[in-house]
Amino acid sequence: MSAAVTWAGIGSIVLTATAGDILQSRAMKEIGDLGAVRREQGLFQVVRRVVSSSRFMLGLFFMALAFFSLLVTLSWDDVSVIGPASASLTFIANAFAARIFLQERVDHRRWLAALFVAGGVALLAR
Amino acid sequence: MTVRKYLILLAVTVFGASGDVCLARGMRDFGPVTSTNWHRLLTALPNPWIIAGICLLILFFCTYLTALSWADLTYVLPATALSYVLMALLAKLFLHENVTLEHWLGIGLVTVGVGFVATGPALTAPAHHTRDKSGSPASRVASQESTRSEV
Repeated sequence: MSAAVTWAGIGSIVLTATAGDILQSRAMKEIGDLGAVRREQGLFQVVRRVVSSSRFMLGLFFMALAFFSLLVTLSWDDVSVIGPASASLTFIANAFAARIFLQERVDHRRWLAALFVAGGVALLAR
Repeated sequence: MTVRKYLILLAVTVFGASGDVCLARGMRDFGPVTSTNWHRLLTALPNPWIIAGICLLILFFCTYLTALSWADLTYVLPATALSYVLMALLAKLFLHENVTLEHWLGIGLVTVGVGFVATGPALTAPAHHTRDKSGSPASRVASQESTRSEV
C-alpha cells in the first residue's frame, strides 16, 4: 500500500476516535456527575441514563468504527508507524474538537499538555 | 477537585494500563493472529489473563465515563495519560519487554504534559452542557461543584 493510503487510514482512525470521544464527553455532561446521580438515584438509574443516551450510543458506534479502522489500517502498514501517528494525532484533534464542539476553554497550558503528551505517546508507541 | 475525583482519575490510569498488560500477557499464550487464523481469538477468550484484561478494561471504561461526567475532555485525556507510562513500566516488570531510551524520553514528555494540565481547572465547558432534563438534586450538586472548580 502507498503512503497516501496509509495516511488516509490514519486520518480515518483519528476522525472516528475523536468523534467518539467528543460525543461521549457531551453525553456525560448532559447526564451530570455520575457519582452524584448514583448516590441520589442508585446504580440502576446511572446505567439506564447512560445507555438511553443517543449521543452516548452514537459515540460508542464511532469508537467501534475507530477500532475497525485501526485493524484495517494495520493490515496496510507497520504498527510502528500507525500506532504512534494515530495515538498522538488523536490527542491534538481532540483538543481542537473539544474547543469547537464542546466550547471547552483550551488555554495555553492545555495546548502544551496535549502537545507534550502527544509527543510522549508517539515515542512510547514506537 | 475532591480527593474522590483524583482517585477516579487514578483508577482510569491504573485500570487502563493493567487491562492492556493483562491482554498482552494473555495473547502471548496464543501467538500471532492473522487473517487466516483469526478464529484463534475465540479460543483465547477463556484464558484467565484475557478475562482479567476484559474485566479491567470494563472498569476502565466505567471510570473514564465517570470522569467525563464532571471534567473536560481536554483535562481527562492528558491527566490520565500516565497510563502509557504505567503500561511501559508494567510491560518491563511483568512481560520483560525492552524499555529503550526513546521510551524513557516519551515517559518524561508525558509526565511533563500531565503536570501542565493537572494544576488547572477540571471543567471549563459552558453551563448549558451540564443541563439536566429531570432537574434532580444530584445534577444540581454536580453543577455547583463545576462552578466551584471554575472559580
